[in-house]
Amino acid sequence: MSATVYDVDAVLAALAERFGDLDFAASPLIERADQSKRQTCIRVHPDRLIEVMRFLYDDKRCRFDMLADLTCVDYLDFPDASDRYGVTYTLLSTVQGHRIWVKCFVNDPSPEVPSVTCIWKGANWLEREVWDLFGVRFDGHPDLRRIMTWEGFEGHPLRKDYPLRGRGERESFERIARDSA
Amino acid sequence: MGLSKSVTAPFTATRDDVLVTRLDHLVGIIRKNTVNWSRRSSLWPMPFATACCGIELMSTGASRYDIARFGAEAMRFTPRQCDLMIVAGRVTIKMMPVLQRIYIQMTEPKWVISMGACACTGGVFDNYAVVQGVDQFMPVDVYVPGCPPRPETLLEGVMAIQRIVDMEGVKTSSQRGRGMQVAVEEPSRFVQVNVSEGRDG
Repeated sequence: MSATVYDVDAVLAALAERFGDLDFAASPLIERADQSKRQTCIRVHPDRLIEVMRFLYDDKRCRFDMLADLTCVDYLDFPDASDRYGVTYTLLSTVQGHRIWVKCFVNDPSPEVPSVTCIWKGANWLEREVWDLFGVRFDGHPDLRRIMTWEGFEGHPLRKDYPLRGRGERESFERIARDSA
Repeated sequence: MGLSKSVTAPFTATRDDVLVTRLDHLVGIIRKNTVNWSRRSSLWPMPFATACCGIELMSTGASRYDIARFGAEAMRFTPRQCDLMIVAGRVTIKMMPVLQRIYIQMTEPKWVISMGACACTGGVFDNYAVVQGVDQFMPVDVYVPGCPPRPETLLEGVMAIQRIVDMEGVKTSSQRGRGMQVAVEEPSRFVQVNVSEGRDG
């Protein structure tokens, strides 16, 4: 039922019980008049990320067995932003039927986050994409290399300070003429 | 080029000269029309469909719009057997060397249609990764606009390729500069009468 998909009060209660010392600052991602359809986001520090994720995976009230998405947001020049990179995990429970978003904030000069490939194997390529496009390193990733940009490419294109039209990569290419082919 | 004696004595072409030239010209016309007709009526496309334009390409090949009417239903995916490459969809920098390699592997004679806004100019994607028109890096003959172009537009593009094939395929002998050369005014300066169309490389 759609009413229970976003109803994660049981999850939040379980988290509060297990990690009483942590403040998750459960802020809804989308404010809706109908509170039963709000999307909940919890904020975790990178040092405690693996513990919290392991708990969310194992605990019977949570059972988030599917990592639906792993992406990143660059908050450069965003008003009221305190950190630059917000690595966002979307967790889905196929058993219980609810979803939760987990956000982990890191900063320059060397943004690093522990890798969750030990819990969800699907995070492998998702983390490679975040590394390639944003430059956030994943500690403990088995094979962290570029996945979307081409060989020899330097830079992290989805950062807000990377120029939209690139740095001339798309113009400087080998040209084949009609008679050379 | 065989210079007949009519060059030095411009207005004294004999009957033999005229007959040979006429026969040569006739054979040339027959050969040109046959070869060019068979080339343009059986253009086998190499569908290089990367994105949404590929769907329109598929629907052009389907029954309602039927590219088979133009002899082009054999969309072989091997470049060795194709003469017409249809670049349908946006091409990224990562894909460009692949596209160039496939173009080089196609055997002569070959023509290229750039289908859709993205292949022609980069379309709406003006960013670091999308090539702003494949004609920057490889030769293109016909540009088909649209996002995506309707199948009728693509068929119009195929028909334009057919006109190009006709125009500059096998040439008649007079087009190649053979045959009688007519001298006008002074013998030292003569004008070669041959009709040559064709595009620049």
